[in-house]
Amino acid sequence: MSVDQQTVKRVARLARLKVKDEDVPRLAGELNAILGFIEQLNEVDIATVEPMTSVVTMKMKMRQDEVTDGHYPQKIVANAPAKDDDFFMVPKVVE
Amino acid sequence: MTSLTALTISAAREGLKKKQFSALELTDAYLAAMEKARLLNAYVVETPEKAREMARASDARLAAGQGGALEGIPLGIKDLFATEGVHTQACSHILDGFKPQYESTVSANLWRDGAVMLGKLNMDEFAMGSSNETSYYGNVINPWKRKGSNAALVPGGSSGGSAAAVAAHICAAATATDTGGSIRQPAAFTGTVGMKPTYGRCSRWGIVAFASSLDQAGPIARDVRDAAIMLKSMASVDPKDTTSVDLPVPDYEAAIGRPIKGLRVGIPKEYRVDGMPAEIDALWQKGAEWLKAEGAEIVEISLPHTKYALPAYYIVAPAEASSNLARYDGVRYGLRVPGDDIVDMYENSRAAGFGREVQRRILIGTYVLSAGYYDAYYVRAQKVRTLIKQDFDKAWSEVDLVLTPATPSPAFAPGEITDPVQMYLNDIFTVTVNMAGLPGIAVPAGLSADGLPLGLQLIGKPFGEETLFQAAAAIEQAAGRFSAWPCW
Repeated sequence: MSVDQQTVKRVARLARLKVKDEDVPRLAGELNAILGFIEQLNEVDIATVEPMTSVVTMKMKMRQDEVTDGHYPQKIVANAPAKDDDFFMVPKVVE
Repeated sequence: MTSLTALTISAAREGLKKKQFSALELTDAYLAAMEKARLLNAYVVETPEKAREMARASDARLAAGQGGALEGIPLGIKDLFATEGVHTQACSHILDGFKPQYESTVSANLWRDGAVMLGKLNMDEFAMGSSNETSYYGNVINPWKRKGSNAALVPGGSSGGSAAAVAAHICAAATATDTGGSIRQPAAFTGTVGMKPTYGRCSRWGIVAFASSLDQAGPIARDVRDAAIMLKSMASVDPKDTTSVDLPVPDYEAAIGRPIKGLRVGIPKEYRVDGMPAEIDALWQKGAEWLKAEGAEIVEISLPHTKYALPAYYIVAPAEASSNLARYDGVRYGLRVPGDDIVDMYENSRAAGFGREVQRRILIGTYVLSAGYYDAYYVRAQKVRTLIKQDFDKAWSEVDLVLTPATPSPAFAPGEITDPVQMYLNDIFTVTVNMAGLPGIAVPAGLSADGLPLGLQLIGKPFGEETLFQAAAAIEQAAGRFSAWPCW
């Protein structure tokens, strides 16, 4: 599979990365080099193999469904680039 | 008296206990050394006031006959660990100004045991790199130089600041993280000891996420004993990390000096890669001979899927990274670059905030996870991962641990490797360990013809860290210690 420039633009859009037009050919080349490197996985027979989901066999830990943390909105918004009281500020989304 | 910064953790611990010097004196000695070593660019932030305050508190506890396992020991913390109120930016522009309101579990464990924070250490941006050339804060310089040369070399990555700082004696030891080799490769490049424990041994809570199924914290230290002391404090069972494994933390230091007679050590034939320098191969054989001389049994083994580990890694790691890094959008923290609307703002912020290597990996990750490709890439890679793990599971019926080189070469010069895939090959010996979730340790074992440190890697069974410390100590004993001091 080879990535063309249109695909680079589409993927960049999905990833919410603004890519300059002049950078697209370079990125396409780099992505194709990496995808070419990855291609060798196709020679592995995986027909009867289960995907790895955890490193050591362990049961997913469960805890009581109760509130154990919170009630400090000031801390939550402390690092926001734009805030108003306890709210994150973003550009207008709904007219 | 030798300089206080020349002391290992175990020696400093003794000196503090015997009141030969105070924790404040020890910390001040490090702060002065850090100032003189700024050209290495190992620290991105120094925290002298916090360090002195912590050292004074240590002195008070020591005077009262109290004190934890790391009381008064000055450490450097990789910028990936959240430290409350202190610069934590994964060395990325996108986290500009971020000061966490909380402390990572690993660093909190160290402070609980009395350690002193000297500052935050440089690293590859979001831990993506093998040479510390992707940091927003600039390259870290390896304190080692080639014989007869003054040219700068890379310290390896991504924990390049941690490794350089330990080698240059500007911290007693450092925290680091390892997703594909980021503890062991820089340790090998700087003549230090780097331990990546079993996945689930150290809590990932409060560590900036790169690839969640691979990331694991561990120490970089000057010798095997110090690495064992550090891991004992860093490791814990943490309810805040669901992948934290519910096993008590053993006393790793007790494993050092235990005879290795009868240990079965595997030599995987697939690690004899094409184009491997003769000196790496010779070092590997020497390592096997040292262990044999101590009574270990050397067994040739096969790990047939080794060559697929790196390509599978370059699906799994970017896929998980693209997902983890989706949170950086200019809303909740870090850099915001305005745009015409909210999506434009996201795109501008991310384009300005992420460096080239990070953007490359986000794009690859987004591509392999995009509609129609998930099975062909991510699921296939996770299946290959199962095969890699099964290779090791089979090996464990024959051997107790595996010996390999740590890296395919000694440290190289900044700018020497520009092709991304070529750079990825640095992790060829280390990445299988992350894919299988196993513990691995890099221990200095010799010098290259150019006088640069070379490391060997030992790989253990899940939660076999004690065996690794035991065998690594035997290698250290045979190989001797290597100091960067003559170099700078």
